[in-house]
Amino acid sequence: MINTNYPAILVLSPLLAALMCSIFSWCAKKLCYPTAIISLGISLYASIEVLMQVMDTGTIQYRMAGWAPPMGIEYRIDLLNAIVLLLVISIALINLVASYQSVNQEIGKKSNTFYAIYLLFVTGLVGITATGDLFNLYVLLEITSLTSYAQIAMGDKDRGPLASLNYVFIGVIGASFYLLGVGYIYIMTGSLNMVDVASLLPSLHGSSAVLVAFIFCMLGIWIKMALFPLHVWLPNAYTYAPTVVSRILAPLMTKVMVYVMIRLMITVFGFEYLFEKLNLAEAVVWLATIAILAGAIMAMAQKDLKKMLTYIIVCEIGYMVGGAWLGNELGMTGAILHIVNDALMTFALFLALGNIVYKLKSVHFDNLKGLFGKMPWTMAGFVLGAFSIIGIPPTCGFFSKWYLILGAFEKGAYHFAGALIISSLLCAVLFFRIFEIGFFNNEHDEHNTITMSEAPVSMLIPLGLVSLSLIITGLYSSSIVNKIILPFLQ
Amino acid sequence: MSEILPIIVAKYNYWLYIILMMIGLYAMISKNNLIKKLVGMNIFQTSIILFYVSIGYKTNATIPIIENAHGDSHSPHELIIHAADYINPLPHVLMLTAIVVSVATFGVALALAVKIYQRYQTLEEDEIRMRLTEE
Repeated sequence: MINTNYPAILVLSPLLAALMCSIFSWCAKKLCYPTAIISLGISLYASIEVLMQVMDTGTIQYRMAGWAPPMGIEYRIDLLNAIVLLLVISIALINLVASYQSVNQEIGKKSNTFYAIYLLFVTGLVGITATGDLFNLYVLLEITSLTSYAQIAMGDKDRGPLASLNYVFIGVIGASFYLLGVGYIYIMTGSLNMVDVASLLPSLHGSSAVLVAFIFCMLGIWIKMALFPLHVWLPNAYTYAPTVVSRILAPLMTKVMVYVMIRLMITVFGFEYLFEKLNLAEAVVWLATIAILAGAIMAMAQKDLKKMLTYIIVCEIGYMVGGAWLGNELGMTGAILHIVNDALMTFALFLALGNIVYKLKSVHFDNLKGLFGKMPWTMAGFVLGAFSIIGIPPTCGFFSKWYLILGAFEKGAYHFAGALIISSLLCAVLFFRIFEIGFFNNEHDEHNTITMSEAPVSMLIPLGLVSLSLIITGLYSSSIVNKIILPFLQ
Repeated sequence: MSEILPIIVAKYNYWLYIILMMIGLYAMISKNNLIKKLVGMNIFQTSIILFYVSIGYKTNATIPIIENAHGDSHSPHELIIHAADYINPLPHVLMLTAIVVSVATFGVALALAVKIYQRYQTLEEDEIRMRLTEE
């Protein structure tokens, strides 16, 4: 009984816990945090079980309430979903453990209701990843967006609500475009189930309505994932959010959107349509190239560590979009591997950043002087994350970049390969500038010795785990590729 | 002109939703007041809801409740159901969800506007930007 229901438990556990949290926030405040932890623990267990099942027996098709597709909503979990699900839930759980003190410090007495919103946000992300229905995806996308608007507004008192409202305007346009695209797909096929739509679309490839549907869906998703010219909402929203929120938004929100793009490309529209019927691929790879360079260059101009990292996210989005649109197996492998790797390394960097914010309050470059002396463990995690972003082996960032560059060469997209290498160099410059400030700029070193004031242990252990996982995923990346990504692509 | 007119008349629902959508987008981009932007956002979302509602419609069809389906009539040929007689309910049902989503978004956005007003005592975007550069 329970074996077959894991896909439902994945989503229901945080959803019900969110309800319980909002009740507990009136009557039993102390129970909120444990409820959140337990529900995510259950979800994590379910996601591991689901991954095992998928690797053993192949794709799981779960019918919600027993209604058969295409009428009912189907949760369809294959190797790609399963790995992204595990990633989403484990990052959400680790973040909740690591950010307990930080939530108390920044959100204070509202922290109990905050946990309810946080759980709803995780529910949305998990649902987006698990669902096999186009309209269901829209609803969950809006759950995720609404909760992230609320969470961002809890941050910086001066700029938080303003950044959040700007995000609302652009997020609504993105989601509405996606909804419009789904409407066109529905007009043409009469179905909303992804697999069903995919079986009906090939006879309609010449239709201009399908083309419009595709363009609207892609535009909507690109706005939500902040691909370069559509990225304007991201840096402010992520910078002025509370630490705990930017820690989960930065690694997961954009990466789940990349997953949705890949899902639409592979499962719904199909490679044949994208790369043989449409002549868009080259233009999108150029767009991604510009996104990578623009993200890296704008990051150079920042004087605030948090804002600099948000521009690096814009740059990383370019990697994944470009890799997916190269249209060969190597590029797609690189893009999928980079979803996992980028989520982990962004998470490591933001965990370290959160520890610094917890102690220093401001992460303007001027405040970072002598940081290696003050917080050696935090900075060790930060250095590992930074190495991974730059792409130094054996950290995981190197391997996905390697696949992306190989894919670019196979396709002959030398501009994309060039952009990848240039952005690695620019990232190296960016991070070594931080290291230099943290290490050497100690004018008053002789007069007052720097006292060590490290973040609490409960914040350091998750950072240690995540930054070690960067090396472990790096070393095992060939088995991830061989066991999960390549069987999925075939 | 004589060729365009039939296209506009035959597919007037699409033209209507495009016009509404552009009005909404225009308000969201060009208006200075945050509440006016929010109204634009709502028009934008409503246009898509109307688009969906219109695609479920068929001429000379009725609501999809089947008459005499519970054994009131004894002659079997009255039970034959023609899909053309009933409008498609699915887009309408989908839009119930979308209406909920748009109301929730509007609520969150209004709450944010209240917070901004409490902080800056204004909802004009250029004045807020001036305040931000002053500080």
